Amino acid sequence: MTASVELRGVTMDFGTYRAVDNVDVKIEPGEFFSFLGPSGCGKTTILRMVSGFIEPTKGDVLIGDQNMKGIGPNKRPTAMIFQNLALFPLMTVWENIAFGLEMRGVDKPTRRKRAEELLELVELPGVADRFASQLSGGQRQRVAIARALAVEPKVMLLDEPLSALDLKLRQHMRAELRAIQKRTNVTFIYITHDQGEALAMSDRVAVMSRGEIQQIDVPQNIYNTPANGFVASFVGENNKFVGQLTSSKKYKTDVGEFAVTLGQGVTAQSKTRLYVRPEHVTFTAKPKAGTNAIAAHVEDVSFEGNFASIHMRDKTGRRLTAELRNDPTNPPPAVGSATNVTFDAEKALVLLDSDATAYAEKE
Amino acid sequence: MAALIRRYGTGLTGIIIALTTFWLIVLVILPYFDLFESSFRPYLPAADVGGPKDVYSLSNYITIFQNPAEFNIGLFGFTFPISVAIHMWVFVLTILFSVLTTLTSLVLCYPLAYYMAKVIDPKRLSTFLLLLVVPMWVSELLRAFAWFILLAFKGPLTIVLQNLGIITDPIHWTWGLGGFSGVIVTLVYVYILFMLFPIYNSMTSLDTNQLEAAQDLGAKSWQTHWRVVVPHCKPGIASGCVTVFMLAVGSLLVPTLLSSPSSRWFTEVIYSRMFDENDWNGGAAYAFILLFVCTIFVSLTMRLFKVGLADIAK
Ligand SMILES: Nc1ncnc2c1ncn2[C@@H]1O[C@H](COP(=O)(O)OP(=O)(O)O)[C@@H](O)[C@H]1O
Ligand SMILES: [Mg+2]
Repeated sequence: MTASVELRGVTMDFGTYRAVDNVDVKIEPGEFFSFLGPSGCGKTTILRMVSGFIEPTKGDVLIGDQNMKGIGPNKRPTAMIFQNLALFPLMTVWENIAFGLEMRGVDKPTRRKRAEELLELVELPGVADRFASQLSGGQRQRVAIARALAVEPKVMLLDEPLSALDLKLRQHMRAELRAIQKRTNVTFIYITHDQGEALAMSDRVAVMSRGEIQQIDVPQNIYNTPANGFVASFVGENNKFVGQLTSSKKYKTDVGEFAVTLGQGVTAQSKTRLYVRPEHVTFTAKPKAGTNAIAAHVEDVSFEGNFASIHMRDKTGRRLTAELRNDPTNPPPAVGSATNVTFDAEKALVLLDSDATAYAEKE
Repeated sequence: MAALIRRYGTGLTGIIIALTTFWLIVLVILPYFDLFESSFRPYLPAADVGGPKDVYSLSNYITIFQNPAEFNIGLFGFTFPISVAIHMWVFVLTILFSVLTTLTSLVLCYPLAYYMAKVIDPKRLSTFLLLLVVPMWVSELLRAFAWFILLAFKGPLTIVLQNLGIITDPIHWTWGLGGFSGVIVTLVYVYILFMLFPIYNSMTSLDTNQLEAAQDLGAKSWQTHWRVVVPHCKPGIASGCVTVFMLAVGSLLVPTLLSSPSSRWFTEVIYSRMFDENDWNGGAAYAFILLFVCTIFVSLTMRLFKVGLADIAK
C-alpha cells in the first residue's frame, strides 16, 4: 500500500506571516523523501497540511491523485510520527499500537495479534504489556513507528523523529527506518534539520528556507551541485569568497582571480559567492602558474582518525578549512607553517546569493 | 524535622510545632470530638445533664428511621405512594439531588474546560477567565438571592419564558418536588468554579499532540475524548466532583433561600434540630450521619472509577 503525494502551489499564511510559500513538489509512491531546512522554515507546517491538521491558504494537496481538500486527518491515508512521539501514557504498548485498529472497530484478539506482529516487525518483541514510560528512547521510537504502521497508511509522515535520541542510537535508527521503509514500501515523508540524516536516508531531498523550496534533488546532487548559496552553506562546510565574475570562467576576489564553475542562473550581473568544500582543497608548496592557489598560514590541525581538519588564515585574515584523508605518506602541513591551498576549477562553484544565503549565515 | 531545626533553629521550630499542635488539637480535634461524644447522649434539661438519665445510646441516630410519612412518587407516568421516615426521605433526596447538581456541573464544565485549555486563543484566555471569576467576588448570599429573585413565582424567568411562548402557566421553581430545580440551579451556579478549575487544570497538562495523534490514527472526536482526554483528566474530574458534591450536600444557605417545606435539604433538618428545637445532641448525630454516609459514598464512587486519593491531590 503506497501512494504518491503532490503539493501544487501550496501556500500557508498564519495571519500576515507566510510560513510556506508556493511549494510545488511531486513525491513518488514508495519514495523516501526528505524536507531539509533550518528550524522555523516551515517543514512541520508542510507535514501538517499533508496530514490534514491544517488546510493550505492556497494550493492543493493530492494523495494518490486524490485532492485532499476538506478531508479530515482521521480520513486521510496518512500516519504521522510526532516530534515528541505522542504515545498515549495511560495505555500499554500494545494498546498504543492497536489504537488505530480499535478506532476502526477491530475486535480485541485480532488487535492484540496485530500489535504483536508489528512489535516483531520493529524488532521489539516482549514489551506488549509495558507502558511507554518503562521503555528507553529507542524503544519508544519503535513503538511509535509500529503504532503508525498499524493503520496501514499509504504515506508515513515523520517529524524529526530521531532528534530526541543520542548520537549512537540516531545512527542506528537511520538504518532501521530506511529498512522498514523498504520492507513496507510505504511512501515516507521525512522532516529534519540534520543534513546528515537527510542525505543518508533519502531517495530525494527538498532543501527549504523561509517557506520556499531551494532545491529538490537526489542527495549526491544536493551536495555536489547545490542550486544556490543557501543550499551549499546549509548542506556541508565551505570556504566562501565574495567576488565578481570577470569573464565567463574567471572570478575575482580579494585573494586573487580563480578559474571557476558557474552554478545555476549565474550571470555577470548577479550577486554571487565562490564556494570551495574543505575536502576539495589540496596543498602545494610551489603552485604552478595558472592554478587556483591562495597563500595561507596554518593555525591548527585536528586529527580525527580517518581524516584531519586543517584550519588556516589567508592574508586578509579569512578562515580557511581543508580536510585531508588520513594518509601517513602525505601528512598535513605543520601548525605555524606557511603553505598554499589549491583547488580545481571544477570544484570551485560560483553560486547565486539570495536573501536565503544571508539568512543561513545568521543561523 | 531535622531539616526544620537546621533551618530555623530549635527555638523557632519549637514555636512552630507548638502552634500547629495547638491549632490541630484545640481548634479542630476537640470540638469535633465534643460534638461526636454529645451525639450519643440524650437531649436533657440542664439539671439532668450528668445525671442518671445521661447515658450513651444510639437513639439520636435512630430517629432518622422514625416518623414515617406517605410520599407520592411519579415514575414513567405512574404515581405510587411510598411510606418512608420523613428525615430519611429528606436525606435520600438531598444525596440524590446533590448527585444531580454534581453531574449538571460536570456536563457544563467539561466542554468549557476543554474550550479554555485547548481551543481558545491564549491571548483571549485571561479575559475569559476574568469574566468567569468576577461574579465569584460577589458573596454567595447575594448570588443565591439573585436566583431567588429570578426564580420567584411569576418572577422574571417565568415572564420571559411566557413571553417567548415556551410556557403558558407559571412554574413553581422552588415549590414541591419540582422545587428542587431552584436549589439545583443555584447550587450549580454558586459552586461551578470548583468543578471548572480542577478539570481545566488537568486539561492544560494534556499534550495537544496526543489529541492530534488520536485523530491522525482515525479517532472521531468523541473517541478521542473517551479514550484520551477523559482518562487523562480523570483525577481533575474526580476532584471537581467530590468538591462540588460535598459542598452541595453541606450547603445550608442556598436551600434555606430556595427550597420550600416540601423540598427540604438535610442540612435544614440539622439546623432546625439544633436551633429550633435546641437539640444539639440530635443535630450532631444527624450531622455525623451526613458526614459518614457522604464519605463512604464518595470513597465507593472513587473506587468504582478507579481513582485514588493521591490522584486527586495532584
Ligand atoms: N499555528 C501557527 N500560528 C502561527 N504561526 C505558526 C503556526 N505554526 C507555525 N507557525 C510559524 O510558522 C513558521 C514555520 O513553522 P514550522 O513549520 O513549525 O517550522 P519547522 O518545522 O521547519 O521548524 C515558524 O515561524 C512558526 O512560528
Ligand atoms: Mg518542526
